[in-house]
Amino acid sequence: MRKSDAKSRLFFRFSFIFCIFISLFSLTLLTACGRNADSVVIAGSTSVQPFAEVLAQDYMASHPGVSIDVQGGGSAAGIMATKSGTTDIGMSSRNLQGSETSLWSIEIARDGIAIIINPKNPITDLTLQQIADIYDGKTTNWDQIGGKKGEIDVFTREDGSGTRSSFESLVMGKSQIMARAMVENSNGAIRQLVADDPAAVGYISLGLVDSTVKALDLGGIVPSRAHVVDGTYNLSRPFLFLSLKTPTGLVKDFIDFTMSAEGQKILYDQGLIITVTNP
Amino acid sequence: MKMKNFGERIPQSLFFIIALSALTVLALITVFIFIEGVPLIAKVGFFKFIFGMKWAPSQGFYGIFPMIVGTISVTLGAIILGVPVALCCAIFLAEFAPRWLSDIVRPAIQLLAGIPSVVYGFWGLIFIVPLIRNYLGGPGLSILAGSIILAIMILPTVISISEVSLLALSPLLKEGAFALGATHWQTIRSVLVPAAKSGILASIILGIGRAVGETMAVIMVLGNAVALPNSILSPVRTLTTNIGIEMGYASGDHQQALFATGIVLLVIIMILNSLAQYSIRRK
Repeated sequence: MRKSDAKSRLFFRFSFIFCIFISLFSLTLLTACGRNADSVVIAGSTSVQPFAEVLAQDYMASHPGVSIDVQGGGSAAGIMATKSGTTDIGMSSRNLQGSETSLWSIEIARDGIAIIINPKNPITDLTLQQIADIYDGKTTNWDQIGGKKGEIDVFTREDGSGTRSSFESLVMGKSQIMARAMVENSNGAIRQLVADDPAAVGYISLGLVDSTVKALDLGGIVPSRAHVVDGTYNLSRPFLFLSLKTPTGLVKDFIDFTMSAEGQKILYDQGLIITVTNP
Repeated sequence: MKMKNFGERIPQSLFFIIALSALTVLALITVFIFIEGVPLIAKVGFFKFIFGMKWAPSQGFYGIFPMIVGTISVTLGAIILGVPVALCCAIFLAEFAPRWLSDIVRPAIQLLAGIPSVVYGFWGLIFIVPLIRNYLGGPGLSILAGSIILAIMILPTVISISEVSLLALSPLLKEGAFALGATHWQTIRSVLVPAAKSGILASIILGIGRAVGETMAVIMVLGNAVALPNSILSPVRTLTTNIGIEMGYASGDHQQALFATGIVLLVIIMILNSLAQYSIRRK
């Protein structure tokens, strides 16, 4: 009798602790959902996200008490969230189209797209048409375009990716990327695979090109920041900050910081192309 | 007395509620996937969705047939490579291995099940893929690479369940066979393995389920091209990798199409699991 008494008491204690735990948990959830006056939510393109995170960190360091929350989701999700007002600032890595142009937007930087091949591949220069022919399957062997004999291993990004849609509109025109092209879902994976495979071709952000891969010249134009800025290398896309209305208050202050010499220098140092000011 | 009843009943009902919550979660997930996915299948048309050859969500094409073929071919490859090894290993552990050896091998195999799948994938990408590219040709990212990785990953499932079903056999079977003058190998071949057939079959089916459901490891080594393969060196995309690779940016119909892919997967896994249950119960 006594023993079971003690047991049930123990049991009640446990359920008591359990209840407290549950209520605490829901309390934190509630507070987390409430929007704070000193906080900014940024969401959208995963290409812009890492740069926005660096900007947010620097901004928060100089503005104690302010919290800036940067989330991913993709350009499409960022544009939708800006329209519905669930995010203060949206990020997009492609130009706005159609009804989207009603949103307030500002280009914070540009990003080049580099066509990369393995360093062992002797080819150094292709035209946009040759690249389009590789991607739609008309050209299947490197010897058709002056390389060593060997089937081309074509790598592309997944459907829905901002890099892919930019590549499609800038390079492919009306033709389509063939179904046989291998699909990877990050710049890093494509760079790794191209670095390993002598017969591979892929495309990644210009800022992410390193010595493990070779970026191709386009019709004699070397892919470089200067050539993106002066418009001769035209494989580039804008990185946009979006807002539902003309920004005010903290949101405006953060965007001003991004566009200031200090903010632009951060973006430049992170590998982006600056068109507004020259840091 | 009353107090005791009270003290007994509360944990009983509490445990019942918690057990129910596990079931509820399963039901919720299933319902959610169907609510999200079925409208798209209805919109595209069931046959067009299942047997469609073209997958290009941004242009409105939602055909998953190449991925169904991809899933089947990679899984088949894994079974062909993995099951014979696993069965030999299970028979060795149950029948031949001295105790000290099986005490080493068994935990080692269980450790194999504990390695995160992304590690298998990374190892495959760095080690298996270049091997295939250099010695067999093609891009290396291929059905073969995926099959090799999955064959290793299903080993623990197939080995442990087949071994248990061999060990669970009545010792009378073995003694009877010995008494009739059969050798050890004859006994294994014509008495023990046939008697444990249902358990072994179940282990293979559960292994298939594991292979069909694996995502992270194969995403890295398959190449993920949405086209029918023409050899085991071709890249393919499976149903799971389709969801894994595209969920990052998917919205609207595209997202629903990924849920619809999930429905197909769920149905396949459910069929496999019920087959396994059936073959375990049937003695």
